[in-house]
Amino acid sequence: MNSSRFRKRGVAAAACVAVAAMAAACSSGSGSGNSASGSNSDTGTVTVAVVSNPLITGQMIPLTQSVFEKENPGITVKFATYTEGDLRAAIEKDVSTHSNSFNVIMIGPYEAPLFAKDGWLDDLTKDYIASDPSYDASDLLPPVAKSLSYNSDLYAVPFYGESSMLYYNKALLQAAGITMPEHPTWTEVAADAAKLNQPGKEAGICLRGLAGWGDNMASLDTVINTFGGEWYNTNWQAQLTSPADEQAVNFYVNLVKQYGESGASNDSFNQLLTLYGQGKCAMWYDSTVAATSLATTYPSVYAQTGYAFAPTEKTSSSGWLWSWSLGIPTGVSNQGAAWKFVSWATSKQYDTLVAQKYGWSAVPPGSRTSLYDNPNYQKAASAFAGITLQSIDGTDPDHPTVNQVPYVGIQYVDIPQFESLGLQVGEQIAGAIAGTESVSQALQAAQSDASAYTPQELSGTNG
Amino acid sequence: MTAIPAAGAPVQAPRRSRRVREMSGLAGWTVLGWVVGIAFFIPVLWMVITAFKPESAAETWPPQFTFSPTLSEFRLVFNGMGPYIEHSAIATVGSTILVLVLALPAAYALSIHPVGRWRDTLFFFISTKMLPIVAAIGPLYVIALKTHLLDSIWVLIILYAAMNLPLAVWMIRSFMLEVPSEMLEAARLDGAGRIREITEVIMPVVLPGLVSTALICVIFAWNELFLALNLTVTNAATMPMFLISSVPQEGLYIAHLSAAATVASVPVIIVGWIAQRSLVRGLAMGAIK
Amino acid sequence: MAVLEDVSSPPAAGLRPRGAGRRERWQRRLPLLPALIYAIVVTQVPFLVTLWYSFQNYFWNEPGGATWAGIANYKEVFKDPNFRGALVRSVTMTAIAVIVAMFLGVLLAVLLDRKFPGRGVVRTLIITPFLIMPAAAALVWSGPMLDPNFGLLNWLLEPFGVHHVAWLTTHAYGSVIVVMIWEWTPFMTLIVLAGLQGQPTDILEAAKVDGASAWATFRELTLPHLRPYIELGILLGSIYLVNVFDQVRLMTNGGPGTSTTTLPFYLYQQLDYAFNVGGTAAAGVVTVILTIIVASFALRLFARVFQFEEAK
Repeated sequence: MNSSRFRKRGVAAAACVAVAAMAAACSSGSGSGNSASGSNSDTGTVTVAVVSNPLITGQMIPLTQSVFEKENPGITVKFATYTEGDLRAAIEKDVSTHSNSFNVIMIGPYEAPLFAKDGWLDDLTKDYIASDPSYDASDLLPPVAKSLSYNSDLYAVPFYGESSMLYYNKALLQAAGITMPEHPTWTEVAADAAKLNQPGKEAGICLRGLAGWGDNMASLDTVINTFGGEWYNTNWQAQLTSPADEQAVNFYVNLVKQYGESGASNDSFNQLLTLYGQGKCAMWYDSTVAATSLATTYPSVYAQTGYAFAPTEKTSSSGWLWSWSLGIPTGVSNQGAAWKFVSWATSKQYDTLVAQKYGWSAVPPGSRTSLYDNPNYQKAASAFAGITLQSIDGTDPDHPTVNQVPYVGIQYVDIPQFESLGLQVGEQIAGAIAGTESVSQALQAAQSDASAYTPQELSGTNG
Repeated sequence: MTAIPAAGAPVQAPRRSRRVREMSGLAGWTVLGWVVGIAFFIPVLWMVITAFKPESAAETWPPQFTFSPTLSEFRLVFNGMGPYIEHSAIATVGSTILVLVLALPAAYALSIHPVGRWRDTLFFFISTKMLPIVAAIGPLYVIALKTHLLDSIWVLIILYAAMNLPLAVWMIRSFMLEVPSEMLEAARLDGAGRIREITEVIMPVVLPGLVSTALICVIFAWNELFLALNLTVTNAATMPMFLISSVPQEGLYIAHLSAAATVASVPVIIVGWIAQRSLVRGLAMGAIK
Repeated sequence: MAVLEDVSSPPAAGLRPRGAGRRERWQRRLPLLPALIYAIVVTQVPFLVTLWYSFQNYFWNEPGGATWAGIANYKEVFKDPNFRGALVRSVTMTAIAVIVAMFLGVLLAVLLDRKFPGRGVVRTLIITPFLIMPAAAALVWSGPMLDPNFGLLNWLLEPFGVHHVAWLTTHAYGSVIVVMIWEWTPFMTLIVLAGLQGQPTDILEAAKVDGASAWATFRELTLPHLRPYIELGILLGSIYLVNVFDQVRLMTNGGPGTSTTTLPFYLYQQLDYAFNVGGTAAAGVVTVILTIIVASFALRLFARVFQFEEAK
């Protein structure tokens, strides 16, 4: 601001240092990382980036310390635990700058094919599974394995998988004289919710409203799909204000506003689990993995819970498909050790370990067929094992919608821009649910957010 | 008790009712004070209470005040927090020491024997806080990566010191301005060099102010989340990151979160409680110079 | 200006520069250099790199690294209504929080200046919100305190006819501001309290003897004495509050919609969700320029705070 001699000198000194820094930054921009090819060492430190989740913090981490590290004395495993949004940001930073902070990353079917295409992940099939038949990759549930593959090779292996389904409190439904079919439609469910809703005491149906593509948009996307709507048509034109999309979003928002829980725009899985577990929701549409949490935390409500497939309208199935999976970024060190950990945590033996320590019903679901063939698991999880497996088997991320679409994904769109777009649209929807804007305003804003990208930008990543 | 009435002053009320008025005034202030104090403290109290609950008792309606307390959440927290609290302690203490080492001579050079452009220099220090750290975090990540400081405790020490330096310089400078000029003159006449001037004249006067400056730096460094979250992974992860990681994506967490929040906040709360008198005194001295 | 005479102790003595001797000048500069160089290197280098990135097209979720983009990012920033909205929201939320916190701070400082039994304990209770980890405070407020279904606040307000209000949905803006005020009022209180305790008692005694009412004494004598303290509190509070981030992220995530999206939070979304390193850098540079303009303006208003005691 002032031309004091001091400031001039200071700026000159800074400029010299900055030139050096810029030169360094320039070379970072071109993508060359610290280690060109990494190392294949079988021992060393393995840093794992994971999402904060009871199946991980309560099972994977303790078992790693008590079992894996003892069986593999040369390997030390360190965990970096994040919330979902922070996890994605940390991982993106890490893989795109090749900073190699993580030897193993926890990702899902959204990131796996995208990273694989960019060459940021090891080809697990070629590099490891081919020489390790005991891993039995064919045991992985086919839809889950397919969603984590690129060009038919696995780039991540699932730790647990989930779809979505409808939970209902049999006692409350009986009191209102309602029986729930196994494959309900949304129209039926909405009518039931109207009958069951008792404001202040019990919500007819509890639905996610928290802004986020893994939160409210996960549920809403399945509703949009089954009402015949979609995100983009085959020409990559945004369809969020199409009649089908409008109908679906109006349906969802009105359903939750009229017969849903109060404060829905702040609710996601955790809050709804608590509400349903305390008997304050007659019905609850959410992840299949909630059954495991219900069994352990709210046994009395769990005992009177019934399960139905994700409600549909125009499609034969509508449940989403997600799996938290482990992948190895390219070029990291100690890749051999990393694979040892990855294969251990996603193996059949791991399932048995969890069962021994925490019981069969607590085993991470939705990743291996052998678990569902296991009579112990069938007995312990008899209430929800069958419907979980069928829900996952019934998903088809390649054809999630009634009309043809140029993208893959049921509750997401497999474009890199979706991380931000999904959140933006989710925020608008949360605003509509909270009542700070109307549904049409929300959809207009969402439409313009989705249209901010050109078809070239969107499809260029969808080679 | 009787004040000498000045000319024109209202007649003093009878002694007894004046004392009653004073007592009820005191009672009023006491009640008000305690109500306000408790009102401010309730969220903290509730956090600590919830930390002792089992999860199933933490999300009830009406909120439970009687329950069988359990240490299970605390046990989980203590099991997990080891490296985090160690990193937090090193980063906090390290950066605070660094700040004091840098700020003391700088403040000296801006107060007692000031440089020519001291106003500009002070403005420059403040201006370093004008860039929102969020905007610079991407570049900072790349710089840290290139200098091999990513996920090292040094990156936190360096950045926290830079974060607290402007405030420290400003505060310590104000304390140094309190040093009476007569004492400095006397020391100079006594033939004291710079060293003796510092140790015998300046430091004793400034010491309480240093304590309060250090305290504020400790508060800000210990509680800092954003830089730590973005620039560290496991080798330098701090307590705020541990706290954040206790919010699961699919699971119950209120009691566990309260336990983690309590443990994370306790060190600074204790330090602040002990040092609060010096904090007030330090601010009193340093405020407006 | 007469007011400052109340407060000023004898200005610190500095030895007068003995002529414009170069050695003398460099002797004075030397102690300043470590801090100055440190600040320049650690803050200006990242700023310059940020400046460089602001002219680049660099997305972390795309391969290929950074490519030259000219002023495209800046154009985006100026075109983006969300940036403007976040800026306005930051300013208004900060202003409200600072003013209310200072108002409460003055009241509380007056309270704590009185001697009453347990005053020390009350003061301890009041400063605790400032000591608690902001991330912890945000999580505790958003869950155990404000949750519509099990939050304490709803239970406390139930006798007053408040039923299961979803504070972070229907009153998100106010809730975030309340938490900011809750955390920073102690800071303001301490600063003002320091001023009150530095007030020379003889003048107050004289006023009482003269028959002035408590309110008149406060208005005519105390407030003017406190003014520099109040201004300092407002200045420091603004600098810190405008950058507040944890509360928005952990309580409302900027929502519902974008009703609580402040500027730091908006930048964070650009970086951690859109992975737009270049755009975030450009927005940051624009923010710095705007802040410098505002700060120079504010300097004239708060000139007294910067009316530093010259060394004599």
